Amino acid sequence: MKVKELLAAVIIVLFFLLCYFFSPKPVQFSPTVSVVVIILLSLAFVYVFIRTFQGKFIGRRTVFVFVGVSLLLPFFMQFSLPVLISPEVRSVYDALEELPPGSKVLASFDYDPASAPELQPMADAFMKYAFEHGLKVIIMGLWPQGPQQADQSVQAAFAENPGLRDSIKYGRDYVNLGFQAGNEFVILRMGESFKAMFPTDLYNTPYDSIPLLKNVSNFSNVDFGMNFSAGKPGTVEWVQIASDRYKLPMGAGNTAVQAPMAYPYMKKGESGRKQLIGLLGGMAGGAEFEKLTKKQAKATTYLLSQSFAHMVVIMFIIIGNVAFFREKKEKE
Amino acid sequence: MEFWHVFGIWFAAALTIGIISFLYRDNVLYKICEAIFVGTSAGYWFIVFFWDNLYKKFYVQVSDPTNPERYVPWVGFVLGVLMLTRLFSKIGWMSRWPMAFIVGAVAGLYMMIYFVSNAMVQVSSTIMPVFIGSWSEIIANTTIAIGTFCGLVYFFFSKEHRGAFGGAARIGIWFLMITFGASFGYTVMSRMSLMIGRLDFLFGTWLGMIP
Repeated sequence: MKVKELLAAVIIVLFFLLCYFFSPKPVQFSPTVSVVVIILLSLAFVYVFIRTFQGKFIGRRTVFVFVGVSLLLPFFMQFSLPVLISPEVRSVYDALEELPPGSKVLASFDYDPASAPELQPMADAFMKYAFEHGLKVIIMGLWPQGPQQADQSVQAAFAENPGLRDSIKYGRDYVNLGFQAGNEFVILRMGESFKAMFPTDLYNTPYDSIPLLKNVSNFSNVDFGMNFSAGKPGTVEWVQIASDRYKLPMGAGNTAVQAPMAYPYMKKGESGRKQLIGLLGGMAGGAEFEKLTKKQAKATTYLLSQSFAHMVVIMFIIIGNVAFFREKKEKE
Repeated sequence: MEFWHVFGIWFAAALTIGIISFLYRDNVLYKICEAIFVGTSAGYWFIVFFWDNLYKKFYVQVSDPTNPERYVPWVGFVLGVLMLTRLFSKIGWMSRWPMAFIVGAVAGLYMMIYFVSNAMVQVSSTIMPVFIGSWSEIIANTTIAIGTFCGLVYFFFSKEHRGAFGGAARIGIWFLMITFGASFGYTVMSRMSLMIGRLDFLFGTWLGMIP
């Protein structure tokens, strides 16, 4: 390791240790400081732009620093951006609203902690909404860590509304069937028998002794399906099998990278039926759903950081183009 | 319990910083963190599949004398064992049988579900009356119709892309570029979200600085 790199590592460690032991907790910028920070960031951009125009190009590490700072600083700022509701998110919310209390909702958590920043906020909002509206939730996962993520959503709902801890009972109001290996074949088999795929729940309680599952044998006994997905198996497989083959009305929450693949399924077909009723796409979808369910939490906070970072990316696209055309002109 | 909780957070924070250090350049700390991540993941998946497949789906089922189908999992077990014959060059050919079974089953399933969901239903959703519903629906339907037609023209290589045909192909490539752009935009959004999650962990869960 070179001296320069060692020095950088020491500085980073010192920075975090100083933050840990000496920084005020929590840190919150006043609106004036927030505006000053934004102005300083903008001035830094102007400086980079002028230097680029002069032919002095910046390195990729400067871009990383800008993106990192723009992602971090909004956490400490005290303002929020307006969240506009898209038709895709509205459709999911409306479909849930139409379900009468006591309706059974199958929620498949097909993601792991790596995708939690995007999917956990919407899952939390969904779970709290379901519990508060008397929906019975059957949890499962096609990804090994999915059921644990679902459990976090359940605990988050209880933490936010402590009254639910007493009124919502495991086995009667919700059940966690756990993970089942087999990808899309699990969905296919569930079309005939849930019990065949989940003979016991996550805590080894036999399927038949769980009150919520008494009259649930396959998709025809479930009123709605909600899938939180970060890849394969996920929304595409659920649509292809549960929705198209077994006609289960389905909504989904996807990571942004996966969302474009799910959009075509939301177009009404000849029969007037949508393969996918609605979609919560990425952080923005989560924030919109939080707004609709009146639970402004993580996704709404994260969205500010994301919007800042998007602005930075757009600025660097402009700067990159300036650099490109300038270099081209110089070569000519 | 409290100690291990705090230790876990510090350890995770150190690993996060180690992984992020790759942004500077490839380094020893990054390599250590990467190796820990890969090793932990492999171990985790092994344990999960051992208990969920070998134990729950095989051992529990075959060892239950009341289960009338207790001999069926043996078929899967034998196929699974045959897969391991790849490790021995002389009998490695036997691994083709389970492979053929997997390929056949997956191909059979995918052929049907993709044909129905991604071909038939999608085609039926695309071939819709254009001038129907509200103005926004008319615009959306027209865009889909033009986009699909021009996109298909672009991928028709039996005729030279000239004249009106070439114009349609050019419109088609514009539609494709916009689609790729939207898709890439979503990807950027997704990657930013992951970074936001880690920053929230570092500055919120670990340092306690985020309100």
